[in-house]
Amino acid sequence: MDSNDKPEGDRIVLTEAQKKRRRERSIAIAWALGVLVLLFFAVTFIKGPGVLVRPV
Amino acid sequence: MCAAHSCAAHPTKAGSIVSVVDQKAVELPPRISEAGVADYFALLKPRVMSLVIFTALVGLMIAPGHVHPVLGFIAILCIAVGAGASGALNMALEGDIDVLMSRTANRPIPRGRITRGEAMGFGLTLSFFSVMTLGTLVNWYAGGLLAFTIFFYVVIYTMGLKRRTAQNIVIGGAAGALPPVVAWAAATGSLSVEPLLLFLIIFFWTPPHFWALALFRSDDYARAGVPMLPVVAGPDATRLQILLYTIVLVAIAAAPWPLGYFDWIYGVTSLILGAGMLVLAIEVYRHRTGSQALRATRRLFAFSIFYLFALFAVLLLDVVAKAVAPLIW
Repeated sequence: MDSNDKPEGDRIVLTEAQKKRRRERSIAIAWALGVLVLLFFAVTFIKGPGVLVRPV
Repeated sequence: MCAAHSCAAHPTKAGSIVSVVDQKAVELPPRISEAGVADYFALLKPRVMSLVIFTALVGLMIAPGHVHPVLGFIAILCIAVGAGASGALNMALEGDIDVLMSRTANRPIPRGRITRGEAMGFGLTLSFFSVMTLGTLVNWYAGGLLAFTIFFYVVIYTMGLKRRTAQNIVIGGAAGALPPVVAWAAATGSLSVEPLLLFLIIFFWTPPHFWALALFRSDDYARAGVPMLPVVAGPDATRLQILLYTIVLVAIAAAPWPLGYFDWIYGVTSLILGAGMLVLAIEVYRHRTGSQALRATRRLFAFSIFYLFALFAVLLLDVVAKAVAPLIW
């Protein structure tokens, strides 16, 4: 039986506070990933496209 | 009813073995986190991080040559995140003793906001990204040093030394002293005497700073079973050690001036600030009981933070002044 087929009483229902916190955490992760992408993008301009090609 | 892990099965009258565990009855509801961004931010030890950022910034600024501002920003950001990751891993590993100490009882794990597993995952993720980003975008010398710093703080200090020896913060202080070295390596791709001098200053600053704290928090540490020097050797021995380390600190902090690494502005400032540290350390040594003793240790603890900030600020101002002066004159 798929979890989606569970009757309403067996499912985990998030409280409003839990939903709010989860959304906040998701937004923070999105921001962090966005900043990381921007940093890598900016460095390709500074160092050139060969930024990842370097001697080990 | 017995716990699921202790009696999953037992013999019945008929001699057959049947499971007596009612899976439904012992199944705990999954924990749904209510931790917010602020709780995760607290895991990063933001006050410690601010000192790391500042000392790393000084290491970056006094390094010779030109660093592109974006690369400099990335280096400081990675060092800060790496320091925060170390803090999160430290809290994950010390959740059991943090709950016993009043100074740490309000941290997210003792309060039940974040589990130790969540903190561990958070810390490991940030460690990985901070090291990889610094290595990839700046240089692997700095990236490797940052990885070593995190390793030293988490494995050597937190897991190895903290609960075993009264020398925990002496040896472990190396982790807190490395950020300016990492920053210098990020700027130059190499090491030199100057960042090692900064390392030594922070290294010898750590014992008087933390032992002053430990003197007025010794009950906390004793309750948690952490063998800080005042708990193991007693307050008087700690007072003597504070004084001795302060004398060494003041000498080491002033040494770069006569050796010609930093100029006279730094030298004079370090002597003035050092005199302040010495006076307060002597006060701690002299006053051993009552409110005067407590006040002396608190004053030394507070002044030691100002001392390190001010010492590094002078180096920073010196660099800025030298950069700006040609534009004015």
